[in-house]
This record gives sequence, C-alpha cells and structure tokens, in this order.
Amino acid sequence: MSRPEHVNPPEIFYSKDEAKKYATSNRMLEIQTKMSERALELLNFPVGSSKLILDIGCGSGLSGKVLEKHGHFWIGLDISRSMLDIGKTVRGESSQGDTLEADMGTGISFRPGTFDGCISISALQWLCESNSSDQVPIKRINRFFNSLYGCMIRGGRCIFQFYPENPKQVELLTTAALKAGFTGGMLVDYPNSTKAKKYFLVLFAGMLPGQALHQQMPVALGTEEGSSIKYESDRKHTKDKKGQIKGKPAVKSKEWIKNKKERRTRQGKDTVGPSAYTARNRGPKF
Amino acid sequence: MKLITHNMLQSNVKGVKNGYPLGIRATKLVIVDVPCNLEYVKNILSRIDYAVLRLAARALGYDELPEEIPKEAQSNEDFFNRVHHALYNIEVEEGVLVCQESGREFNIKNGIPDMLLKENEVK
Repeated sequence: MSRPEHVNPPEIFYSKDEAKKYATSNRMLEIQTKMSERALELLNFPVGSSKLILDIGCGSGLSGKVLEKHGHFWIGLDISRSMLDIGKTVRGESSQGDTLEADMGTGISFRPGTFDGCISISALQWLCESNSSDQVPIKRINRFFNSLYGCMIRGGRCIFQFYPENPKQVELLTTAALKAGFTGGMLVDYPNSTKAKKYFLVLFAGMLPGQALHQQMPVALGTEEGSSIKYESDRKHTKDKKGQIKGKPAVKSKEWIKNKKERRTRQGKDTVGPSAYTARNRGPKF
Repeated sequence: MKLITHNMLQSNVKGVKNGYPLGIRATKLVIVDVPCNLEYVKNILSRIDYAVLRLAARALGYDELPEEIPKEAQSNEDFFNRVHHALYNIEVEEGVLVCQESGREFNIKNGIPDMLLKENEVK
C-alpha cells in the first residue's frame, strides 16, 4: 500500500472497513497528530487566539482534534462519507468542528474571506489523479487553488502536508497555486532522512500592509548540522589478512559455533544445544 | 451541520451567479452544547452575514436573535451568547440545503451535508 491513490478513488479506498482501520490505528493517530501539530505551528497564529480554520481532507477528524486542543474552530471537508461518519461519532457533541462531504477538485464553495487559515494533511496528492474519464487533473487543480484563494482572508496561510510522487507533481501544484495568486513555496522537513522527510506546501493568500516580515517562509526542521545522518567513510568491519573480521570469533571456532547455536535457539529454529562435545577436535582418522 | 457552516457555504453549481445564501430545511434537529468563546464570536461576527444567520436560525425555530446587531454590541455579552448559540449549538441532523438559483438540492444526512458535485455540474 505504498500509493493508495493508484489503487482506487478516495471515496472507495476509504471505505467503511478502511476508515475504521484508519481511525483505530495507533500508528496513524500518532503520525497524523504529529503532522497536524507541525502544520498548525506553520500557520503561525498568535498564542492563545481562536481562529476559524478550513481542514481539507479532514477524514475522521484526527487533525481537527489537534486544532480543537489549541482552541481553534474548524470546518472540514472530505470526500469519504465513511470517514466523516466515524469522525462524527468519535468527536461527540461538544465539538468545535463541523464537516462536509465534498470533493476538493470541484472547488471550495465558501464565501470570500471566510477562513483565517487552512490545513490539509496527506490529501493534496489525490488531486493529481484522474478517477473518471471526465476528471482532468490540471483543471481540477486550478479550480481548487482559485476557489481556495477566494475564501481565505487576506494574509491567511494555507499549509498542505502531502506525499508528492515525483518532482513534476510538486512543480504542477506550486505553479497552479502561484497562478491563483498565492505566494510561498515548498518546505521540506528533515530533508536528509528517508523516513522522517515531510513535504509541506506553504502558501500565503496575499498579505496585509505591514505584514511583509510576518510572511517569510518558515524554516524547515532538521536541516541544521548534527541532525542529519553523517556519512561514514571508514568501514565498520575491517578484515585481516586471512579474511577474518576483526573483533569477532573466527569462523568454525568454538566461540563461533556457540554463538550460532544460541542465535538459532533464539530464532526458534531446531537446534541441538551446546554440550561438552561442541566444537571439540574429533582426533585423527584412518 | 452547524449554522456557521451554512452561513459560509455558497453554491458553485455551473451558471449560478450568486449562490448565496442556501435555503435550509430541517427534518431533525439536535441542540448541543459547545463551550462559548466570546473573543472568537466577537471576531467572527464581522465575517458572518448576520441577516442570513437570523433568518436561518428562525427557520430552525430559534427566534432569540435581535433584528439588528445592537449598537453597544462589544460589551453586550448576552447578545454574543445568543449568536454563539445560533452558530454552534443548533445542529441540523437531517434535512436539505437548496441552491435558490439552480434549485439543486444537497441532502443532509447524519449531520453531514452531501455537497458532492459531478464534474459537469461545476464551472
């Protein structure tokens, strides 16, 4: 399941079963919460303020939960009804969020100047796919960014965390966003790590007078020295002249056999345990 | 669906010039209790269409909102509590949203409106 957008359209992929799996998985919860926290941090609201935030691809509301924890109100949209239904039950009645079933590719239909900020966690890559013959990705992308620009307040920020499939996708999305009037660009957290690397598209919807400083691109995490994985030039194991690895018992030595027996027992494999005869010299034979 | 969402939503069906406001009909209502944040309500008041909110709240049976925003509104806590109640505590569980211009209906089921449009329905 490396690229769900290649498997099925989102409303079918996130079916009842998948939605349930997603909502109850601790791992998903942790990853999504972390990314939402980071997105919220990138939105850069003053501490203690309550804002109205749009959550695109809100799913079962994991990101909404983070927004609420920080006192924000939110409106979320998602294309998967199953995810939304689960989210509704999980959230309970006193939630500060509200959700809609909508497709981001057909435009964000809100009044101009509605939202203070917008976040989207792992959703934007779906926009690059065509799920039926009448869907033209480039048209949908342009429609999406144009309508989104309209419903943001001046000086609002949009943070999209997503998984680009290739550099071309990134280019396509950024170009469309800039064409719609946004400024900003890509931000890559932990660029030197394969696993922790996260792509954020950071967009500013215009700016208020005197806000020029405020609208600088945020700094990516994990780019400073020390946090990256260092290149080690010297090899870990150096071999001596006989081809033996230094610091380890020689192959077929008593120590080596004992280690091997122990390892195999640990792995649950069928092994005769060590005894007094283990690795003993059998003596000369005729 | 809460009335804040209704107040912000507009229809973007093809050919519609002014898809705001959407008509609202409810067959099942729930009153919930969302904690009120006065600072936020004061902020959001400049962004919502008060007349639309009042009409929608009345259509759903909440008639406590004054016709106009009171002049000394900033210090009127009671007024903001009412606005908050209208925006956040009235939940439409089942019902329908109607685009007045095109007549397109959007069903609300389980408190979530179905705003899905086909590709050939939008600009």
